[in-house]
Amino acid sequence: MARKVLQVLETAYRCTVQEQDDPVVWITAMMKNAGGDLSLLLRGPAVNYAVNGQDASGLAFGEKKQNQPPRLDEDLGRLLAKGVEVYFVQEDASERGLEPKDLVKGVRPVDRRALPQLLARFDQVWHW
Amino acid sequence: MARKSFVFVVMDPPYESARSVSAYRLMDAAVRKGHDVFVFAYEGGVSQPFAKQAQHPNSVHGRDTTQEDHPLPKDWIAALQAEAKKRGTRFQWMNCGLCVDERGVAETIPDVVRGSPAELWKAAEAADNILVMGAS
Repeated sequence: MARKVLQVLETAYRCTVQEQDDPVVWITAMMKNAGGDLSLLLRGPAVNYAVNGQDASGLAFGEKKQNQPPRLDEDLGRLLAKGVEVYFVQEDASERGLEPKDLVKGVRPVDRRALPQLLARFDQVWHW
Repeated sequence: MARKSFVFVVMDPPYESARSVSAYRLMDAAVRKGHDVFVFAYEGGVSQPFAKQAQHPNSVHGRDTTQEDHPLPKDWIAALQAEAKKRGTRFQWMNCGLCVDERGVAETIPDVVRGSPAELWKAAEAADNILVMGAS
């Protein structure tokens, strides 16, 4: 039986400008394409990935402009559309002043105290 | 002890943190105990087996290149490959191909292969366990 893996993403914005995405969100999408049974949990600063309307555009060095800035909210939307469940730690969002109306449609809140039950649903947990 | 297989995901470039050294320690322990190891190097981790790494002198230490004998990750990987071969286990280092292209580090030591997340997923599904060592 295929393994169920939860990707826990905590380190946020580690190279999003240069990669024009987040490498964990990207590799999750790629492994989903390869048949993986994956879910994603955003915790700590990474809960901010779920905020709608982030705008990282405008970067320029001299005449060299970035044409495709990272669009993390759209990337999460595409991940959800592929069937990847995306969770976020409710308290981590609340501590940052984020409300449900601010977030990408389809991401699911998880209470910090409910994390053991969530983790127990998976065969493996990969922490990034 | 039954032979097991382990996957390591390594993101750190050389010389930036203790994480990659910790990864090598764990890989070494696994190989020495007769287990199979598959490494998927992601992002900066693909520079670990870069063939053009070179030792240098260290004037602060007062040592020339030979005396300093500066550690090179490519040599540690080669040593792990050799140790696995000696013990009849498998040690496979796979670089994320796109990450290699971004960084221009395609020249690797022998027996390092390039691959994709699909191959990581395949290896992870077949392995007994996996350890992700993400960079910050």
